[in-house]
Amino acid sequence: MNSFYTQPSAFEPDFVPDANLSDRVAETKVLVIGAGGLGCEILKNLVLSGFEQIHVIDMDTIDVTNLNRQSLFRDADVGKPKAQVAAEFVNTRVSKNVITAHYNRIQDKDEEFYRQFEIVVCGLDSLDARRWVSAMFVNMVDESDPSSLKPIIDGGTEGFKGQVRVILPTLNACHECASSMHSKKVTYPICTIANTPRLPEHCIEWASVVQWPKVHEGLKLDADNIEHMQWVYSTALKRADEHGISGITLSLAQGVVKNIIPAIASTNAIISASCVNEALKIVTGCHPYLNNYMLYVGDSSVYSHTFELEKKEDCLVCGNAKVTIEVSKTITLEELIEEIKINNSLQLKKPSLRTDKNLYMQAPPFLEVKSRPNLKKQLYELFESNSTLTVTDPSLMTSVSLTVTFTD
Amino acid sequence: MLKVWKMKKQQASDEKTKPRNSAAKIRIQKDISELDLPSSISITFPNEEDLLKFEVVIKPDEGYYKNGSFHFRFSISENYPHDPPKVQCTQTIYHPNIDLEGKVCLNILREDWKPVLNLNSVLIGLQFLFLEPNPDDPLNKEAASELRSNLQSFKRKVTRSMGGEYMDNVYYTKVTV
Repeated sequence: MNSFYTQPSAFEPDFVPDANLSDRVAETKVLVIGAGGLGCEILKNLVLSGFEQIHVIDMDTIDVTNLNRQSLFRDADVGKPKAQVAAEFVNTRVSKNVITAHYNRIQDKDEEFYRQFEIVVCGLDSLDARRWVSAMFVNMVDESDPSSLKPIIDGGTEGFKGQVRVILPTLNACHECASSMHSKKVTYPICTIANTPRLPEHCIEWASVVQWPKVHEGLKLDADNIEHMQWVYSTALKRADEHGISGITLSLAQGVVKNIIPAIASTNAIISASCVNEALKIVTGCHPYLNNYMLYVGDSSVYSHTFELEKKEDCLVCGNAKVTIEVSKTITLEELIEEIKINNSLQLKKPSLRTDKNLYMQAPPFLEVKSRPNLKKQLYELFESNSTLTVTDPSLMTSVSLTVTFTD
Repeated sequence: MLKVWKMKKQQASDEKTKPRNSAAKIRIQKDISELDLPSSISITFPNEEDLLKFEVVIKPDEGYYKNGSFHFRFSISENYPHDPPKVQCTQTIYHPNIDLEGKVCLNILREDWKPVLNLNSVLIGLQFLFLEPNPDDPLNKEAASELRSNLQSFKRKVTRSMGGEYMDNVYYTKVTV
């Protein structure tokens, strides 16, 4: 790696070659989130690239089906925590303690834990986890302290396809900014499922969504429970026969119910390698890093493209979560609150509103009672047009600043 | 990393002119509006528009301090939630973990404070001190050793002090209603 650190870069004119950069890499505290298909590769590549202060967090244990691609695990490891086995494997291999394992849910760790790292590499398999990580790191940015910004490199794969993203929380698009590009989970119209099934998937959905709750009242369908899945499979099979549909298998049933995405070792390797290269470039500055989204499409020959996801001005998570709402100045505060509760981009439950004064506070009783008369007041009695309200709500991680503009 | 930090610095200075509700105020608004307290804890605001300063009254419904009404002054710094709330007992009371000046010794107000904790957890923790005074972590050493060595005498002293009277040359505030 040293030859990259000691030579000028043709693409990064500001880069100052520095032989000490390999020490800098070794000292950089990096967090790897996820020790699965991507995580195993990411850990291996980080260590081979000179990182020596790595932490890895994963809540999962090793399943026998992981062994075909998660190369740090062996037969004997089945049932053990992924993070710990991965860390032990690499530490033993390099005879040095370079990886620290955390067998935890990401939500179990607090801001203080996450603040100790300089950079984060994610190998996750769910949008929920990505959303959580992104919001946590956006929230941690302190405007007066640039080092509170921790770059996130987020890898993801699906069969022959993959992506890498570089998120610089508050500086560029966070996960939430681009959430509209994610396709929704495939669901079938309930009327089709109930009346006119045409696909094997329709029959499986009918068995799991319609029939299961009817027959097993109060019992939640568990996709990991083989008896449950056997029931879904045979119920779906019967219905498929009645409608002349073929193609029902147990594994298809599991795939539909669990929404399983098949993973391929080589796609994981490509994406993980790219993630680690970006981490190296960001830490050392030796070449320009990805700005900010890379797409790898391997299922239609090979196609790759990079582009910049844009930061959304009114993103609820990053920077200044701002929402503007236009209403008549004669509506009451109560009506405004109803309005923001049903507003799609907010979806609040018990909002409390303040300017630099209390407009309405849901708690404690002292403030609730004092601010309650405001509910019946018309907005113009409370504030001027274009006022910015700070809205907090149990369903928001932080707050939203709501600008209210009067239409009259 | 340097490049990223430089970009952040530039952005932060560009946006400095924007008036922004401070993070402390936003966070305390969230904490306060989501308080979920037992009836034994109440909170009032001398100036209801200033959420950074408030008073808390704890009326333990069991334990040595039952029937007392204990008053605390809270102040939240602009560095909240990185810094914990500042808490001061405004009465002179006899308690192993609260000294005669009203300083409070509670782990989550100092060494174990974390930004993920919130006002609700502090208030519940504070109430817990009255239910289970902790002699191993004393601020009022005399009261702590009394609690450890002679429980009956400790109980008597608590009851006497709560009635409001002189004990060992200290005048304790009457806290019973």
